[in-house]
Amino acid sequence: MTLLQIRDLEVVYRTASGPLPAVRGVNLEVAAGQSIGLAGESGCGKSTVASTILRLQPASAELRGQVLVEGEDVLTMRWAPLRTLRWAGASMVFQGALHSLNPVRRVGRQIAEPIRLHEPSVSAGDAAKRVDEVLEQVGLPRSRARAYPHQLSGGQRQRVMIAMALACRPRLVIADEPTTALDVMVQAQVLKQLTDLVHDLGIGMLLISHDLSVLGSTCDRVAVMYAGRVVEEGAAAQVFADPRHPYSAALARAFPRIGDPLARFGPSGLPGDPPDPRDLPTGCSFHPRCPVVLSSCPQIDPPHVPAGPGRTAACLRVGDEEREPG
Amino acid sequence: MSVATSNPLLEARGLAVRFHAGGRFPVRAVDGVELAIGKGEIVALVGESGCGKTTLARTLLGLERPSDGSVVFDGAPLSYRSRDLRRYRRRVQLILQDPTGALNPRQTVYESVAEGLRIHRTVARKQRAGVDTTEGELVAEALAKAGLRPPGNFFMSYAHELSGGQRQRVVIAGALALEPELLVADEPVSSLDASIRGEILALLLRLRDDLGLTVLVVTHDLGLAWNIADRIAVMYLGRIVEVGTTEQVLQGPQHPYTQALLSVVPEIEEVEPVVLVGETPDPSLIPNGCRFHPRCQALAAGVAAEAGVADSCVGEPLVVLASTGGHRAACWLCLDNGA
Repeated sequence: MTLLQIRDLEVVYRTASGPLPAVRGVNLEVAAGQSIGLAGESGCGKSTVASTILRLQPASAELRGQVLVEGEDVLTMRWAPLRTLRWAGASMVFQGALHSLNPVRRVGRQIAEPIRLHEPSVSAGDAAKRVDEVLEQVGLPRSRARAYPHQLSGGQRQRVMIAMALACRPRLVIADEPTTALDVMVQAQVLKQLTDLVHDLGIGMLLISHDLSVLGSTCDRVAVMYAGRVVEEGAAAQVFADPRHPYSAALARAFPRIGDPLARFGPSGLPGDPPDPRDLPTGCSFHPRCPVVLSSCPQIDPPHVPAGPGRTAACLRVGDEEREPG
Repeated sequence: MSVATSNPLLEARGLAVRFHAGGRFPVRAVDGVELAIGKGEIVALVGESGCGKTTLARTLLGLERPSDGSVVFDGAPLSYRSRDLRRYRRRVQLILQDPTGALNPRQTVYESVAEGLRIHRTVARKQRAGVDTTEGELVAEALAKAGLRPPGNFFMSYAHELSGGQRQRVVIAGALALEPELLVADEPVSSLDASIRGEILALLLRLRDDLGLTVLVVTHDLGLAWNIADRIAVMYLGRIVEVGTTEQVLQGPQHPYTQALLSVVPEIEEVEPVVLVGETPDPSLIPNGCRFHPRCQALAAGVAAEAGVADSCVGEPLVVLASTGGHRAACWLCLDNGA
């Protein structure tokens, strides 16, 4: 059974200024031992997808579709199994570790907290052993369990967040921009840790970032989101190296390859802002910003079409290219 | 030969900044830095958090007083009298990482940009010099230079009504209004979305090309340096450990630290990533010999021993890199090669 299956997910927030469709039909799958990247700008709906997996949405959100974690639909789940699912079935590593940790409690106790709450049968001694174990898994010495958050560096705090997410031995870990506030070297350490954990423990991971280069080098597959939809999906390295959707291409170019003569004194951006979800453009919602827009783009909302082996993209141009060479 | 050697606008000469943070030893945040930035040059100062790059930038701006050495601007040492500092801060402007934090949420865009003009009495000064102008004209001009066109449309907007990229442009406009000669940008795009990042970097490049601005970019992002910088200075634990043109430093890195930094950039797949263990050590306890030796992968792998410099690495301090003279690295391995 696939670990995580998201089918035709739609999320609409009810706001004072009318309904706000944040996610408009997303399909995703994560298998055990696999890591999937979710890329996109702020406001594209990627964090909404993540929080839907644990049903962390505010009451004002309307959810449609299915989110199956090990075959169970999270959206219709009753309260008790949902509570078991959070932390033990699937857990989340949030960004901004400094603000997510309690400053006046030792990190060891904070890591033990989900164990105490979710597995009351585990004795205090066994919980402490489990804390040592997960600290080791994230590459921190056991003695750090006695530290307060302020005594740790940014990278160490982020590791504590990962340790906490692993404490109840989840099958699925969702990491929302886990390295945004970190340095390149520490980012490399944390990402390596995460990918090692995926392979060693056979957990599934959903990694969310706006940095397509990070996802390209750490994940197995990647899905690029724009305005509440997945616009391209495929093997991570391929999507980054040879993006087929113009939006993925713009994201990929934003982080230049060092040594690329085109990028030298030629920073590449994407003009314009993401559309207001309450007032989406007609046709392809990317067309007002698209550098290679066709005359039919404002009319036709492109479906996903094959864009190479194991890849799809939702762009009228991709369909044309695939047909033309024959 | 780099621009800096012929015509430096800003220089750090033997600059050191020490803080007393309550520990036994003072924190040596900046520990002997020689750096020259030529007129119209874009220099990237690169390093991990805690390496002292922000302290160095603050000292160059006159926000921190050096414990040793001096800051030289346009040939004259920086004077710390308040009048002179005020004049200096008109010529040198700072752009911070987070535009949302840098803008007052209760001020309109117009007020934000006009604030600097009022503090420095720019309109009166211009009129005395025979230039007929108004505050509104100067604000509009600055917004247009920062790419907010037509400027009039933004006058009455508040920060929360703007996108992240527009906010950073307002911050840049506030700096440009004073017609500075040097911009110091501390991680100018790291809090912005990928799509906006390129736009802001292109703006910095254009400002240099059109207005002849000199820019010092403080960043940990090597891709950014490849995008816009003429030269790169790599900083580690309070010292510059490698300096050269962007091509030299990024395509032929000499210092093992620079090599490690480059190897973990996710875009580069050809090289095996060297993930250094640990983080920048405590700047109050700087290691003997080469300050990088406890984390150095070349020393650990025995490369230094093979070259016969391992003893120097752990025991013999390195000289401070001079600010002039092309590509250099403060490493016993490189010095022996005559680099």
